[in-house]
Amino acid sequence: MFPRPIQETTRARQVMYKVALPVSLVVWLLPMIAIIATAGRSLSDLNYGNYWGIPTEWVFFENFAAVFGSSSIGVYLLNSFIITIPSIIGALFLSTLAGAGLALYRFRGRFFLLALFIAGNFVPFQILMIPVRQLTLDLGVYDSYLGVILFQIAFQTGFCTFFMRNFIAELPFELVEAARAEGVSEWKILIHIIVPLVRPALAALAVLQFTFIWNDFFWPLILIQSDELRPITLGLTTLKGQFISSFNLLAAGSLIAALPPVMMFFAMQKHFIAGLTLGASKG
Amino acid sequence: MADLPMMPAQRTRMTTSFFRKHKLLLMPLAFIAPAFAMFSLFVIYPIIQSIGLSFTQWQGIGPKTWVGLNNYRMLFNDAVFWTSLMNNVYWLVLFLLAPVFGLFVALFLNQTVFGIRLVKSLFFFPFVVSQIVVGIIFAWFYDPAFGLLATVLEPIGLDMPPILSDETLATFGIILAGLWPQTAYCMILYLTGLNSVNPEVIEAARLDGAKGWQLLVKIVLPQLRAATFIALVVTIIGALRSFDLVAVMTEGGPYNSSNVLAYYMYDNAIFRYRMGYASSIATVLFLIMNVYIVWFLMRLWNNEKGTR
Repeated sequence: MFPRPIQETTRARQVMYKVALPVSLVVWLLPMIAIIATAGRSLSDLNYGNYWGIPTEWVFFENFAAVFGSSSIGVYLLNSFIITIPSIIGALFLSTLAGAGLALYRFRGRFFLLALFIAGNFVPFQILMIPVRQLTLDLGVYDSYLGVILFQIAFQTGFCTFFMRNFIAELPFELVEAARAEGVSEWKILIHIIVPLVRPALAALAVLQFTFIWNDFFWPLILIQSDELRPITLGLTTLKGQFISSFNLLAAGSLIAALPPVMMFFAMQKHFIAGLTLGASKG
Repeated sequence: MADLPMMPAQRTRMTTSFFRKHKLLLMPLAFIAPAFAMFSLFVIYPIIQSIGLSFTQWQGIGPKTWVGLNNYRMLFNDAVFWTSLMNNVYWLVLFLLAPVFGLFVALFLNQTVFGIRLVKSLFFFPFVVSQIVVGIIFAWFYDPAFGLLATVLEPIGLDMPPILSDETLATFGIILAGLWPQTAYCMILYLTGLNSVNPEVIEAARLDGAKGWQLLVKIVLPQLRAATFIALVVTIIGALRSFDLVAVMTEGGPYNSSNVLAYYMYDNAIFRYRMGYASSIATVLFLIMNVYIVWFLMRLWNNEKGTR
């Protein structure tokens, strides 16, 4: 193991490590701690200049109630879910099919197709921006949930296909060969053999995609105009203007915006990290 | 394959072998077609369209006029373009600190002590927070009147420069905010990599007297090549894509001093209706990114050879 396990070092070093760990954690998370503390700070504290000290009273509940009561944050949150969930389902569906197509069959140009999906995922959003905006206008889905959902499905399919294809290629191919020899149709092989085996990959992708799409700011910015359709990332910029002099409320709003992906991460941590670090442990 | 009963298959295989040959060609096409159609419509074709648009002058509505390389000539003489490009270089170079910091944090946390799993997750979770939230927090840290930095510096007699409204400092303030989640991302890549480092090789090297820095550079790092590669790719792409933080922290200001190509492109298209010019900025950014995309694909291609 590298570095040397702390248990094998001197007593003094062990004590040092045990002190350094929580200290570094607090420093690292200072931004988060600050925003949590501020979300529970009263306006009078802010008015008296107590921005960073211990709040004189904790008013979490009042602040959250005020954010929900005086802004459209509830609508923004709902919009984020309305956009995120169908996008995940769509991208997973398309990429399971495409991933199987690329992993289970040998045909000329399959690496080229895979490369296209990967490369497309790395391009800067700006090279897509004007034509995609025009496309949604032409399709009549500009300024609607559907416009953003369709784009997210299409774009995220690139990464998801890469992921699914790698996962399926690692499965024991003998299963497929045996089923083919038995005369099982390709479609049934996909449904009855592949899909049950790729469940962990689907779980990993679903949590990853949840954070990617939830936190996306650019595409709703480009494809949505109406305030009542805005997801939370975009809504936060509205709140930033609205709560310019009450930072405690903006902090509470930011906390609300960050919470769903954070909860998703802590609940599905193993899947999330497995998805994110795909390939990091290979030689 | 050999373990499964083959008897009933024998007959089926003979009668349908003709169809199967075609099936193995047609099925993948059918499986890939829906994904490919969506991806072509929303990603591949728009890239081609954008490149085409970069040779035109267009207000977003009305006719497009072909202007050849005019937009690119204008870019060449546009000071804001050069500032943005330079800022992208700063982003790129300074963002490379993320893999370095990430490696050191991972080495620090790669222990088995009580509660370490929770500590690792807490170190990682800035990555899960939206960049918009990160931008809001850091902008507030930097505030010269009541921000945390000002509050800490004031009692010791230091004056807090107004980072985000200072032409020389703004970009660096934003990059620092970006480094926070990016380091977390690299850390998790390295933690995963460290997990699969061969302990026997480490022990053998230790027996040979290698330790500390030498052991890290000569023995451990080569085994972390895969993690390093992915960390570099995601960091470089992240640096060139920087948009959210710029949009929420400075909107490119003051006087475009913190602009980057991605935001300058958006600014030209959305606020000034210069679609052709904006497309030429996007094309330049796309070409720069292609260097890294090709690098990634070539490496992938080398790994693919020899697999089924």
